[in-house]
Order: sequence, then structure tokens, then C-alpha cells
Amino acid sequence: MPEIRNYTLNFGPQHPSAHGVLRLVLELDGEVIERADPHVGLLHRGTEKLAETKPYNQSIGYMDRLDYVSMMCNEHGYVRAIEKLLGVQVPQRAQYIRTLYDEITRILNHLMWLAAHGLDIGAMSVFIYCFREREDLLDCYEAVSGARMHATYYRPGGVYRDLPEVMPQYQAAATQWHSAREMAARNAARQGSLLDFIEAFTQRFPGCVDEYETLLTDNRIWKQRTVSIGVVSPERALQLGFTGPMLRGSGIEWDLRKKQPYAAYADMDFDIPVGVNGDCYDRYLVRVEEMRQSNRIIKQCVDWLRTHPGPVAVDDHKVMPPARAAMKDDMEALIHHFKLFTEGYCTPPGEVYAAVEAPKGEFGCYIVSDGANKPYRLKVRAPGFPHLAALDEMARGHMLADVVAIIGTLDIVFGEIDR
Amino acid sequence: MATDSLTRDTRLAGLEQALSRQLSGQGCETLSAPGEVTLVVPAAHLLPVCRTLRDHADLCFEQLIDVCGLDYAAYGKGEWETESASTFGFGRGVDRDLDLALAAPRRFAVVYHLLSLAHNRRLRLRVYADGEGEPMVDSVVPVWASANWFEREAFDLFGILFRGHPDLRRILTDYGFVGHPFRKDFPVSGQVEMRYDPAQGRVVYEPVSIAPRVLVPKVIREDSRYLGPDHAGAAGKGA
Repeated sequence: MPEIRNYTLNFGPQHPSAHGVLRLVLELDGEVIERADPHVGLLHRGTEKLAETKPYNQSIGYMDRLDYVSMMCNEHGYVRAIEKLLGVQVPQRAQYIRTLYDEITRILNHLMWLAAHGLDIGAMSVFIYCFREREDLLDCYEAVSGARMHATYYRPGGVYRDLPEVMPQYQAAATQWHSAREMAARNAARQGSLLDFIEAFTQRFPGCVDEYETLLTDNRIWKQRTVSIGVVSPERALQLGFTGPMLRGSGIEWDLRKKQPYAAYADMDFDIPVGVNGDCYDRYLVRVEEMRQSNRIIKQCVDWLRTHPGPVAVDDHKVMPPARAAMKDDMEALIHHFKLFTEGYCTPPGEVYAAVEAPKGEFGCYIVSDGANKPYRLKVRAPGFPHLAALDEMARGHMLADVVAIIGTLDIVFGEIDR
Repeated sequence: MATDSLTRDTRLAGLEQALSRQLSGQGCETLSAPGEVTLVVPAAHLLPVCRTLRDHADLCFEQLIDVCGLDYAAYGKGEWETESASTFGFGRGVDRDLDLALAAPRRFAVVYHLLSLAHNRRLRLRVYADGEGEPMVDSVVPVWASANWFEREAFDLFGILFRGHPDLRRILTDYGFVGHPFRKDFPVSGQVEMRYDPAQGRVVYEPVSIAPRVLVPKVIREDSRYLGPDHAGAAGKGA
């Protein structure tokens, strides 16, 4: 009888379903995974080291680029750590705006995840459906910050500016491919303010989620690819450091928005979905239900924000710049502006850890300060890092094609894993 | 009103008592700040302390959230003279060659963040990695499996060794990388740069050609207005 030896397969780093630059060394016995060894770090940019060389505010933009599909949640984790270190209280309107945008970000992330996960295991059209709604949400990002992805909108002490009164519209002059009728249709929802646009979105979004579910939830092929794949027991999920939907998919009801409320989540009415079996299908159901719950939270935020005008940042020019108009004739405002943008502010010495429930799990920032204008050490706790570390355990004994389903269900983004 | 938990948290009130009750003989030191409890653990007692923290019903820290390496060599050393100033141009007072405490016995530390789902509270552990030349602490992988990659990261970036780790390889840096980039004596621009050499037909490594520079000096001011009762900085380094 011939000797049968294990086969080692290199998966990635350039592979469409590796979700970025993942090099995976797979040891196969036939088509069964014996061992999976992820090699990460191909996107390592040294974000934490760079943050040590810059004043606190200059690193907010780097946070967007960590998990580049849930941008504002990363900013939130970072600015919360700074606020905790400084002891700054954020105005209530800013807290609601942050809650609103955290949930928009959660839907953005879950849509991206669903699109890519579906595409990976053969459900082509979900991708197109998801990107249709993502477009509207990215417009919300653009309306408020000017950037579709890397917003740098949250600042220690509040947010950069209040929500705009006018929603930007498509300009006919910018395109030759759309007729006047098409342009009017695309601008129909953009006649009012940003809040009107978001409210219209929340009204149609549950129907959109129904469409995704029609395509997938009872789909025979989808279930064959995800049910009983990558099962994680609740005990192992805790041991492996799972957070977010990965933990909830295993049946543990844990959500920082409920358990350790921050921003305006204590005032919000929403539910935490949990899975039963801890397989890829349950995690799919959890994330889809989270989109519906996020939609509920967005609605509540919109209603509150309509009726409660007010400041969106602390009136403390040591951490927030003074108004542009004030700088023109107020010497002190000019000095504050200059000092804030050159030297920044010095935090008291100490250390803080602040976490938020990012779409992928617990995103935390640990800041050590020695009293300087820059963090002495910034450690970003990325949720995807322990999730990917568990890939070996989850993939063992599965078939080669299931690795793709497991990578998809982990919802990994290399910006945050490699940092 | 929707406020952040910036002030002292009621959840943590019982934690300090439980810590002093269960870990009395281990030589641990408890530091507390609003919303934060830090336990400084002697390196020799790390594993028994971690087991108690995970298994005892009063503590019950089921999850290890994060492991983080730390290099204290430049702690409290500013690059900017804040008390007085000379009269020479822009560069006045910028100290470009910091006097790093490279040989200090408490230079390296490992910081663990724990989460108890049962009691809904967090705890930070700090262990100073002593050792002649090679900082080393015990690996906590037998207690929490999630420590595996986090410890590999701390080894890669700081060169801290973890005794008993099943697979202590580099994780974030390149294959064949030399040095530990997050140490304070490692320059931000790195030591080598890489380019494709058409003559040799391959990629070559050369010493970096860009000069290091300080864009914004590190300024330490003692007159921070945020040193009120509400800030989290009360539990400083403690060393």
C-alpha cells in the first residue's frame, strides 16, 4: 500500500476569500483540515507606535483605518479612552449623535460582512443588494464629515460639528450618464435635512433586510454551507476571547451596549439576539437580527435629535478648537487654536482602558499616559485578533471548502488585526 | 442623563474587597482609579493568581480580553523644556537624545485586561518582566487560551519571553525581521529599508536613508487642568 502523506496548501495572501492579506498554511489529509496556521502581519503599519509620536488628536484618523469597515466605532473607542483619562463629560446631543453613527456603522459593517460572506460561499446576488444600502449610509457619513469612509468625526469632548440641515444632492453637471428623470428620482429622498434622509432610510431598511433573508435564510445551499460548520461551545468561546456576534452566536448574552452602557445606549430600547448552536448559521442569524435592532436604535436617535438642539462638543478650548469666527477678533481664541493644533493637550499621568461594542466585538483602547501631549503607549484591542487566532481550532476536521465559510463568519478585517 | 461611567463604579466596590480576601498571601498590590482597578502581581506568583482570578466564585474572570507589552524606558521623559527657554529659534528646548532607562530592572511590563461576565466588571493585571537581559514572564495560555496570539504579539514587538508558551513565534513583523520595534530605543523609521535592485534582480535591504526627526516634541506639563477628582490618572505607574 502506498504511503499517504499530508498535503500542505498555501491559501493566500492574495486570495479573493481571504478577506484581505491573510496567508493561511493548511495541512490537509485528503480534503480534511488537520491544522490551519494563519500568518498575519502583512498589513502591519505600526499604528500604535505612530500614535506614540503624535499628539492625541492627530491619531483619531488612524483609528478609521484600523477596521476600515466600521470606522466611527473605532474612533469612539479611542476618544472615549481619552475622555476617561481627562475626565471630560460629553454633551448629551453629542452622545446621541455618536449612538446614531455607531449604529449606522454597525449596519455598514454587517452589510459588508453579509455581502462578502455570501459571495465567498456562492450567493452572488446578495453582494449587489447589500451594496445598494451601503451607498446610502456612506452618503450619511459624507454629509456629516465630508468623507465617505475615513471620517475623523468624533473628537475628545464631542463630535466635530453638528448634523447638517441640508442633505447633499446628486448634481446633474457631474455626470452625463443619468437622465434628468433619473437624477430627480435619486434626489427624491435628499430634499430635506440629513435626519429626514436617515429617517426615510430606517423606514425602508427592514424591507431590505427581508430581501436578504428571502435570498438566504431558508436557502437550501446556504444552509448546507453554514449549518453545523465551525461550531464553538459557549465555554470555548469565553476561553478563546470571543466578543460581539461571535460570542452571542454561541448563546452567551453579552453586549457592552447593554451591560456597560456608554454614549446614549442606556436610554435606547433594543434587544440582543443570541444563537443556540454556535455555528456559522447562528452567527448569520445573529448579525442579521442586529441590523434590525440597529435600525430601531437609529430611529430612536433621530426622534430625539430632532427635538433636542444643543451643543455637540464641550466648551473647553483646551481640547476642542474655538469657533472659526471667534478666532478672527479674539486673541485668546487664536492662542487656544494655535496651541491645540501644534502642541495639543497634556493628559494627567495614568492609564485607562475604554471599550465599545464595535460591530465585530469589543474594540478597546488602553492608553498609558506619563503626563505628556502624546500617549506613552496605546494598545488597540481589536476584536478580530482573538477571533482569527481561533481559526485553527474552528477549522480542524472540516473540509477545505468550509475554511472559506469559517473565515467569512469570523468577520475579519486585516486593518485591525495587523494594526 | 446618558453619561459615561467616568466616576467610581459601583460594580468595582466589591472587587477590591474580594481581591484582598482571596489573594492576601501573594504579595499583590492593588491600585484603584475611577472605573479602573489595577493589580500589580509579582512575576513569580502570576499563574496561581490567574487561576484564582478565573476560578474563584467571587472573582470569576472568565475572559482574558487583552495582553499588552509595555516598555517604560522613556516614561516621564519629555523632549521639550517647559520651565525655561533659551533664545535660539525653533529648536529651542527640544531634546532629541532622550536619556532612556534601558537597564532599569522594571523596564518591561506585561499588562493583562480581564473581564468577568458573571460580575460584569474588569480588572487589569500588571507584571514586571524582570530578568537579566531577557525579560521573561510565565505564559498564561494554560489559564486562558486567548493569550496565545496576544503573547506572541508582545514577544514580537517588545521581545518579552513567555515561559511555557506553546508556539512563541513572531506574528506581526516580517519573516526574518531583526529587533523588537515597539521598544523605545527602536526608531519609528526602523533600521532597514527595502527596495528592488534591478542589477541583482532581487529585493535588497539597506540601512534607512531618512534622518529621524521630531515633528511635535513630547511635552510634559505639570499644570494640567484635568487633575481633578474625576480623572482616571490616580493609579499611575506605582513604581
